[in-house]
Amino acid sequence: MNIHEYQGKEVLRQYGVAVPRGFVAFSPDEAVKVAKELNSTVTVVKAQIHAGGRGKAGGVKIAKNLDDVRTYAKELLGKVLVTHQTGPEGKEVKRLYIEEGCPNIEKEYYISLVVDRATSRVTVMGSAEGGMDIEEVAAETPEKIFTEVVDPVVGLTAFQARRLAFNIEIPAKLVNQAAKLMLGLYEAFIDKDASMLEINPLVVTGDDQVLALDAKFNFDSNALYRHADVRELRDLDEEDSKEIEASKYDLSYISLDGNIGCMVNGAGLAMATMDTISYYGGSPANFLDVGGGATTEKVTAAFKIILSDPNVKGIFVNIFGGIMKCDIIAEGVVTAAREIGLQVPLVVRLEGTNVEIGKDILNNSGLNIVAANSMADGAQKIVNLVAGEVKA
Amino acid sequence: MSVFINKDTKVIVQGITGETARFHTKQMVEYGTKVVAGVTPGKGGTDVDGIPVFNTVEEAVQATGATVSVIYVPAAFAADSILEAVDAELDLTICITEHIPVLDMVNVKRYMEGKKTRLVGPNCPGVITADECKIGIMPGYIHKKGHVGVVSRSGTLTYEAVHQLSEAGIGQTTAVGIGGDPINGTNFIDCLQAFNEDPDTYAVVMIGEIGGTAEEEAAEWIQANMKKPVVGFIGGQTAPPGKRMGHAGAIISGGKGTAVDKIAAMNAAGIEVAPTPSVIGETLIKVIKEKGLYDACKTH
Repeated sequence: MNIHEYQGKEVLRQYGVAVPRGFVAFSPDEAVKVAKELNSTVTVVKAQIHAGGRGKAGGVKIAKNLDDVRTYAKELLGKVLVTHQTGPEGKEVKRLYIEEGCPNIEKEYYISLVVDRATSRVTVMGSAEGGMDIEEVAAETPEKIFTEVVDPVVGLTAFQARRLAFNIEIPAKLVNQAAKLMLGLYEAFIDKDASMLEINPLVVTGDDQVLALDAKFNFDSNALYRHADVRELRDLDEEDSKEIEASKYDLSYISLDGNIGCMVNGAGLAMATMDTISYYGGSPANFLDVGGGATTEKVTAAFKIILSDPNVKGIFVNIFGGIMKCDIIAEGVVTAAREIGLQVPLVVRLEGTNVEIGKDILNNSGLNIVAANSMADGAQKIVNLVAGEVKA
Repeated sequence: MSVFINKDTKVIVQGITGETARFHTKQMVEYGTKVVAGVTPGKGGTDVDGIPVFNTVEEAVQATGATVSVIYVPAAFAADSILEAVDAELDLTICITEHIPVLDMVNVKRYMEGKKTRLVGPNCPGVITADECKIGIMPGYIHKKGHVGVVSRSGTLTYEAVHQLSEAGIGQTTAVGIGGDPINGTNFIDCLQAFNEDPDTYAVVMIGEIGGTAEEEAAEWIQANMKKPVVGFIGGQTAPPGKRMGHAGAIISGGKGTAVDKIAAMNAAGIEVAPTPSVIGETLIKVIKEKGLYDACKTH
């Protein structure tokens, strides 16, 4: 789960991490009001969307007075920002962060914390190349990235934080300040079950401050059950409506831009089903893993979500039941199809636990279901049926 | 022969009184697995379909001599169940549970350092040695005894591959689902090593997916060490970057973990990669024919 920059900075303040003062604003009036309160020489008006690259896309403005704040707030609110992370459709700006400007930046750095798969540990990464796209730095000059691997028994230690600060060439007199900031980042990361925390840039100012100028948090969705405070930070405006509906039923759903709806059990098989549809010249409308122990209710909900997508011109249900029983899938499909009517072709491939009962339910449903005897067979059938629909 | 488990393996079911665990315990017993005990704290002294239930793994081990456990405990408590299995010095614990918080797994992996227990999973279908022992949630009927080892990050894709092999008359030694989480126990290389040393395994199917670099590392290991032919498949060739495709570990991030990179690494290591999941079986058959192993692998 992602949160906005202003929310991330609020979390960091609780852990003693130095960040510039700032407030969220939902209207130009509010923006001016909080800017007055900040009373800084320069004020930054920042669009709040869940995507990086806002600066380059014109989503960050420097205001020299309150009139500027109002002008920029009016300009940004309601604007659709297109960055390299939003996709071509962009994202509408609905919130602004009004922050005191930091006029005397001496140098920018990069710090991030991630759970590293290779070491099974939390890793802190740092670089003197602040403000840059870190993936580019990693690809072109990997020697400029320094890492500290954290032993969970003792957590990030002060010496590791100092070593990283020295490695990325933070001025010696500010190393302890930077180390303290990193320890705060680590504490916040662990306490809130983050999966990624990126500060880009971390800055050193002319008046000897070390500040986190941006904050990008990503939380482990598997751990949200134990963090009511983090759950409250979720902004549904930033998510796809079908993905929100799916998450209510614990379904793993991702919208794609094709026209063949897919319902599959298991993430691997769901990805492979998309791959197979593409291989035969079709284009999947979604990734949907109904997971293990799904109930008929859950399967019905899943099927309705697929049917609610106007782009869907055909549906392929591909199930290889292990923990998932084929009869549950069949019942869910039949219930949903009866409730909302089935206007598009439906191809079903069932295999695995309780497969015979499942096939009987489908055969006796009276619905127009095309049976497939393998994933390839099913994919070809739905691709051909949809091609026929589109032509007609 | 086989890897990790066989007909003599005695198994404890952790969380046996839950609905899912009951269903799959029954299936495991029907398959022939020696399920000797269950563990549910507070339910010690009762039984589930005749299988005695204990309060702790330690007690269950003492009473039955079991060496392996399977975990069907809800995600919030599953990491603790793994720790309990490790503390009881089991040889192997297989964690089926999905959605375990990743920082819990960071602690589990740290705790396991220097300990005896092997972990398979979490978020996996389990391990099966055909016709001998099924530990997990895979449908037993698709498996056929033979000479091909299977290792996979995805449960349902394992079934897909095994089914194709069995239909084509190619049996399996052991199929291991290592799970779809970013941090897990047994990895590809551990399984490949075990298959390499197992005299009954003649060839291996390895099924990976997007995210991380485990497939690339396995490919490197295969090139340096593997004496037996390996064929592969990578799921998620059409997955968009930055989106977590169901499995917590299946995400292309920072331009890393793409299917293209993985397939290139595998091809470079001499591994034939199936273009679609529907032809994993065919691809293996083609390769074992080239190596003159087809007749030996074909189930008579």
